[in-house]
Amino acid sequence: MDRMLTAGAALMLATAAPLSAGTINVSAGEGAQERLQTALIEAAPGDTVMLAAGRYELTDGLSLDVDRVTVRGAGPGQTVLSFAGQQGAGEGLLVTSDDVVLRDFAVEDSRGDGIKSKDADRIVYHNIRVEWTGGPKATNGAYGVYPVESTDVLIDGVTVKGASDAGIYVGQSRNIIVRNSTASQNVAGIEIENSYNADVYKNRAVHNTGGILVFDLPNLPMMGGHAIRVFDNEVVDNDTPNFAPAGNIVATVPMGTGVMVMANRDVHVFGNTLSGNATANVMVVAYKKAFDDAKYDPLAHDVVVRDNKHGRAGWAPGFPGGAELAAALGGGLPPIFWDGTGVGKAVLQVRESVPVLSLGLAEPTSPVSEAKPQLVDLSGGTPLPEPKPVVLPAAMEAAIR
Amino acid sequence: MIRVFACLLGWLALVSASPAPQPVALDLILGDTLPQKLSDFRFFTDMAASRPNARVQPYHINTPLFSDYAEKYRFLYVPPGKTAAYRDGGLIDLPVGSALIKTFGFAADLRRPHDDVTIIETRVMLRRANGWVALPYVWNADHSEATLRRGGTRVPARWTDAAGNPRAISYAVPNQNQCKGCHALYEAIVPIGPKARNLNDGAQLQALVAAGMLDRAPVDAPRLPRWDDPATGTVDQRARAYLDVNCAHCHNRHAAASNSGLYLEYDERDPVARGVMKTPTAAGRGSGGHAHAIEPGMPEKSYLLFRMESLDPGIAMPELGRATVHDEAIGLLSAYIAAMPKREGQ
Repeated sequence: MDRMLTAGAALMLATAAPLSAGTINVSAGEGAQERLQTALIEAAPGDTVMLAAGRYELTDGLSLDVDRVTVRGAGPGQTVLSFAGQQGAGEGLLVTSDDVVLRDFAVEDSRGDGIKSKDADRIVYHNIRVEWTGGPKATNGAYGVYPVESTDVLIDGVTVKGASDAGIYVGQSRNIIVRNSTASQNVAGIEIENSYNADVYKNRAVHNTGGILVFDLPNLPMMGGHAIRVFDNEVVDNDTPNFAPAGNIVATVPMGTGVMVMANRDVHVFGNTLSGNATANVMVVAYKKAFDDAKYDPLAHDVVVRDNKHGRAGWAPGFPGGAELAAALGGGLPPIFWDGTGVGKAVLQVRESVPVLSLGLAEPTSPVSEAKPQLVDLSGGTPLPEPKPVVLPAAMEAAIR
Repeated sequence: MIRVFACLLGWLALVSASPAPQPVALDLILGDTLPQKLSDFRFFTDMAASRPNARVQPYHINTPLFSDYAEKYRFLYVPPGKTAAYRDGGLIDLPVGSALIKTFGFAADLRRPHDDVTIIETRVMLRRANGWVALPYVWNADHSEATLRRGGTRVPARWTDAAGNPRAISYAVPNQNQCKGCHALYEAIVPIGPKARNLNDGAQLQALVAAGMLDRAPVDAPRLPRWDDPATGTVDQRARAYLDVNCAHCHNRHAAASNSGLYLEYDERDPVARGVMKTPTAAGRGSGGHAHAIEPGMPEKSYLLFRMESLDPGIAMPELGRATVHDEAIGLLSAYIAAMPKREGQ
């Protein structure tokens, strides 16, 4: 690898690159593991680690812990980091520094997560592909891209295939945009969990088990997920049987789930195209498991579902008791489904052209066998205010232009 | 191949017989460079890093981190005129200019763990004015020098285990980021091993005081059990000690696994945080199909054990530095979970 200072060139090109910015070039081939890892360690703030086109056969997880570094490939079809031979570490690439830009490369077949960024503020994922190339399998890693405990997250133009948990997963973070991305053949396509202020828009979630999930779980440092907007997405044909390892929360997601909101507040789902989801196009539910955490709220409330375009849904509900319920209701469920919990405490507003089914469950932990299913009209009431659009620092948007 | 390590007592005898060598290169510890050769520091007076220099004190800990059955040789350097400060339970407070040196090697036959040890790497932590720096040095083929390998590497390791079976692994020398991954607490690098309670074996703290390297050693200082010595604690205490040393540097509210909700410090009291009836957060395949990290009374249904028994990088815990299963620890932790009262209906 050679390191060349490009300050002069940068000035001549009149770019905005800081004077100290340099480029470290790395190529595939013999010793790629140690050469690439050393480049990621020796990079100085402001540098770009440039990954030439090629297939990098890696034996261990990679990591980056230097602020303001860009890792850039020649494109997600050209620069491929293959972890098929991975012997150690819980993910393919781990980022633990701030102001990092990851763009234009692919991560394949990592044994655990694809790319994880923890406590990495203002991280940008752009034009990245993460894929398990053998298709949906329980032996695939959990998450494709996995920012956690971070403030300001931009995921733009990312493609994830085959994750045995969530393709695009953002956890315990705040100020998040996920857009222009495609998730297919994962258990969950896109999942926002225990997070505050997220805009999820113009994505395609197709052929997953569930398309887009907005979840909150107990016993975690950051809880009380809220202020999430899911809009203008295409969430269709989520028809992959659930292949998540049991025990994980997504293992409970029924095949054919479009958008699922669990134990969050101030969630607005609108303007999406929802179709081909055999369980429901939209599900709004409480956290159903027993838990020991006085600070945790299991209910979904202040949720708005409006103005979505609905195609076929609900013909084969995949949750326990779903088939019986569908039979009792004449062969299928309406496209929008609510467990009915939190009456009097939680507000759900639905302004749609399609009907809404409530299971009428008394408590989050009530079994479906105690359901009192009925169609409900939730279109009344003063419209709940929509969360403000997420605005990220201008430098993050500039990094992908 | 040179096989160097005899035993600590032998080295100490040799040290006292040696002519006065140049002291440890304190300027390199305090400086801002990354020395390329381990010998540059002069922590040892011989090329094979077996004879510690003045104020480089060998030490041991009650319950060590498991590293694939590697033998480890630990040394502490405190600069002249300074002492480390005792801290109840926590890390001893090492002054600027201190260093921790840990050499990893494999005994040819674990039935004689101190004979015929092949050294692989030496990890160095330097206490600089602006914080700790962690650096990995890998020994060359003829074991005459160890050089800095910031990007880490893999080295084949072979030995005969305690039952007489031949073992072979690809041993991973961590890269510099991986050093930090385990050593980061509150986003700063800190040592893990030399906590006062883990150093306290009834004599070692006193020896450090006598050597002028530690300020005091209270007679009632807390003492971490030895995980494999029933005379030093109950199964519960020894299991907690093992989990503290092997897991809690990440599974801590302020460290790499803070987002997991699983916290395994010795004194952690919240049962869910300790894993009891705790559901997976981001475990993926690590759940092994089990609902809880610890299912009381049922080690076979506890994914904490499932992950410790796996060698698959997408499942295995700890994530780094383990290419073998620590069978003896699995036994202890199985007993720890089995002794917990089962929940009703199980």
